[in-house]
Amino acid sequence: MKSFVLILVPLVAAVLAALWPGNRTRPLLLPAAGTLHSLLAFWMFLDPPAVAPGTWLGFDPLARAVLPAVSLLFLVCAWYGVAYLKVRSERPNRVFVAALLAVLGLLSAGLQARHVGLLWIFTEAVTLAAVPLLHFNGTPRAFEATWKYLLVGGTGIALSLLGSLCLGYASLYGGGQGDLTFEALIAQGGGLSRTWVLIAWVLLLVGYGTKMGLAPMHTWKPEAYGEAPGIVGALLAGGVTTVAFSAILRVRSVVGAAGEGLIADCTLLAIGLFSMLVAALFLLGTRDYKRMLAYSSIEHMGILTIGASFGPAGVAAALFHVWSNGLTKGALFLSAGNIRRAAGSPSMDAVRGMALLTPRSAAIFVTGMFAVTALPPFGPFFSELKVVRAALETGHWGATAMFLVCLLLAFFGLTRVVFGIVDGRPRAATRAGSQRFVETAGVILPPLALLGLSLWLGLFTPDVLVDAWSAAVSQLFPTP
Amino acid sequence: MITIFDIILRLACWLLVAPLLPGIINKVKAWVAGRRGPPVLQLYYDLARLWKKSVVMSTLASPAFVILPAVAWVALLGAAMLVPLGPAGAGLSFRGDVLLMLYLLALGRFCTAWAAMETGSAFEGMGAVREVSYAVLTEAAMVAAVLSLSVQTGSISLATMLAPPAGAGAILLAAGLFIVLLAENCRVPFDDPNTHLELTMIHEVMVLDHSGPPLAVILHGAAMKLLLFAVLLAQAVLPMGRFGPFASAAVLVAGVLAVTAGVGVVESLLARFAFRRVPLLLTTAFLLCLFALLVAWKGGMS
Amino acid sequence: MNSNLNLLIGLAMGLNLLALGTGRLPALIRAMSAQGVILGVMPVIMEHELDWRVALVALATMVGKGLIIPALLRRATRAVSIDRELEPIIGFVPSLLLGAAGAIAALALTQVLPLMPEHAGSLLVPGALATVFTGFILLIGRTKAISQVCGYLILENGIYLFGLLLIKAMPLLVEAGVLLDLTVGVFIIGIIVDRIQRAFDSLDTRKLTALRE
Repeated sequence: MKSFVLILVPLVAAVLAALWPGNRTRPLLLPAAGTLHSLLAFWMFLDPPAVAPGTWLGFDPLARAVLPAVSLLFLVCAWYGVAYLKVRSERPNRVFVAALLAVLGLLSAGLQARHVGLLWIFTEAVTLAAVPLLHFNGTPRAFEATWKYLLVGGTGIALSLLGSLCLGYASLYGGGQGDLTFEALIAQGGGLSRTWVLIAWVLLLVGYGTKMGLAPMHTWKPEAYGEAPGIVGALLAGGVTTVAFSAILRVRSVVGAAGEGLIADCTLLAIGLFSMLVAALFLLGTRDYKRMLAYSSIEHMGILTIGASFGPAGVAAALFHVWSNGLTKGALFLSAGNIRRAAGSPSMDAVRGMALLTPRSAAIFVTGMFAVTALPPFGPFFSELKVVRAALETGHWGATAMFLVCLLLAFFGLTRVVFGIVDGRPRAATRAGSQRFVETAGVILPPLALLGLSLWLGLFTPDVLVDAWSAAVSQLFPTP
Repeated sequence: MITIFDIILRLACWLLVAPLLPGIINKVKAWVAGRRGPPVLQLYYDLARLWKKSVVMSTLASPAFVILPAVAWVALLGAAMLVPLGPAGAGLSFRGDVLLMLYLLALGRFCTAWAAMETGSAFEGMGAVREVSYAVLTEAAMVAAVLSLSVQTGSISLATMLAPPAGAGAILLAAGLFIVLLAENCRVPFDDPNTHLELTMIHEVMVLDHSGPPLAVILHGAAMKLLLFAVLLAQAVLPMGRFGPFASAAVLVAGVLAVTAGVGVVESLLARFAFRRVPLLLTTAFLLCLFALLVAWKGGMS
Repeated sequence: MNSNLNLLIGLAMGLNLLALGTGRLPALIRAMSAQGVILGVMPVIMEHELDWRVALVALATMVGKGLIIPALLRRATRAVSIDRELEPIIGFVPSLLLGAAGAIAALALTQVLPLMPEHAGSLLVPGALATVFTGFILLIGRTKAISQVCGYLILENGIYLFGLLLIKAMPLLVEAGVLLDLTVGVFIIGIIVDRIQRAFDSLDTRKLTALRE
């Protein structure tokens, strides 16, 4: 019951936003819905409802492990959104606000989906709901980015549908009765047809990997994140990738139950390392600080995937990283959005000296960059440390070495761009733009809050969270 | 004694019936256009008229210019002897005769192309080039069609091979072979037999410089080729094994007439394709025959 | 019944090749919509008892793929006055040959895959794989946005065809999934295509090169 309310609250708010007449008061629906959603999510987190076996939708341990992160991210972004939309008050925000709320509702549904088909339907709906968000800026470049997102993302969604159907056929071939909940599939275990399970795994990995932004299906990410407003980037990087990752985890548990866990882990490791490598190389060459964030997101999706390939300990580390990555990326995207608004250009060639023009945003941006490249005591340091420990415990020496090298290369790339735009003396053009952008509390406090949360997560990782992650791992690796 | 009688009858059939087909095609075209058109026996009159004329030869051409049309004609007649005429069977039949037929047709084409280049004129050379480049794709389609028939029946002798495949395979094969027929016999949409514009002729330009008896031989050979392809198509598609001898002969005649009328209708309704689109159409014909092969192969396996 | 189904699937596969070989956009749209209508009819043929839900969804699929989507696409072609694909990335003859090779490979692959006995003689799996491959060739090999959208819709058709394997066991979810995908996706694609045309005054995706690293 409560899981349905969790989905319905944002969706009803979306409908309300679509009908709301006032352009200036509409953004307030965002924090309203966000607060309600977060309260409910944390209540359910601390007092998890029992999930009856065989339900298609439910707040099961995996949802409990990651949904509060998404909810928290949305809440903080919602407060930022109010201030942001006030700055952008020249544009009508009806579709934007409605789409943001719809995305939250569909994400809640997707994270709680326990049925293969339902999971796909909600992931697809999120893909489509995010489209109006991407071309909010209305420039030709934004349209181009949206077109690419739709084409590549749409193909990924189609492939994951084909993969879901293959999984269904694997079940049918093994004598299943048509029950496609993940529980039933895991229970069928070795009875599933192994050929079809492998085909389904490849298709689902490629399909949901496209939504996550793993290489080589990442081509839509730099443009989409580069042209969308910062708040959209934060939600996509922290929320949508989470639901895709949870989908991959759920499917992997079915594949593991069917006996092909080794192949699944190998493919996850390969694709994760490839993503990190591609991201690191592009980071060394990029000159656009918003696209830089997209590449950093690709890199962290690689880290998640690598973590997921190391068995139970690795998955627990990956779930920790979902939280720390989401919060830190949120801070980065929001502060980058501020800088973009102030500087007027996303390119390193045109932007200099933001430390003088937007001191607070620049400070958050720099700190966030260090946090995301694993500076202690922020969250990502501890989560990446756990991933490395899981790797070493399972004997993946080469992978660990490559992982660390990619992290180092990414660090070079990120510092190059960030210090490039923050240091130095501002150019005349940027100075003119920044007169129009005032660093109010509304646009500074949210990214600061996210940064603080990331710090708190690293220093004082609450035991409740660690237990939640362990419970999720037990659900994903059921002992027969 | 009876064998000689049989061969003479067969020769008579091929030689005398062949010139009828272009006449039928022209009549159908005229009828579709609302005209009365030339008489059906027009080609006979043309052949008789040409036979009485003398040969005009270029000073650059070698005697091959006159000999090659004859060689081509003999090759075509040889190929015609191999093709079974319904219940009457083929004049000559052995294992693998379908390959000999394909090679004889290619020999005919080769001779015509060589004779065209004998005069040293650029136009004939251009036509020869176009003709043989189309032939690459049409031969691929023919081979695929032959393969599908042989997989279907398990033999490579024309006498036993020409049985229609089941269901969808027959339709695919019919479509593919019909396109090949149009291409090999230089009909619209591949080549317009009525055009004499310099840049658009293909087959016409190859025979531009011939005159008198060699030209008559070439025209008759082209008509025989058309009859050969029509007979092949009719037997590959219509189920003649089911009927008695007279009924199947009638079915064969009806089939050939239908194919000829079909060619006439297609010529009336379509315009010539631009050169760059022809490879696409020929590739389609190849794929149709290939899929007929697949259907036959899959039918054999399941 | 199985041979009727195979005939329809064979026809759908033929439409794939037609879509690959034609350079004219109206012909491409017609091939795609004809394929959609044929596929919409199939569940009605497969089910012996006519469940009203299956019939309703089949009808909706046919109306959507046969009428609404082609109408949207035709409106887009008229808006930009484009009706030809002149310089595709993969030429017409190569893409035709690739599509045929894909169909043959799909048939060969199906011999190796484990299939349930009632599906063993049917062309569903090879047809689905061949159509998905055709959709990919069109998506990758064409430059006009409308051709790419048609390629995507043919990809959808292929996936739908595969879903027909599961239709007895898990009927409504398969249908609902594809239907949702189709309607909402094309609705939005239609709007985006409209906007791109207004922003760029053409629908040539090679012009979308402003964003390069």
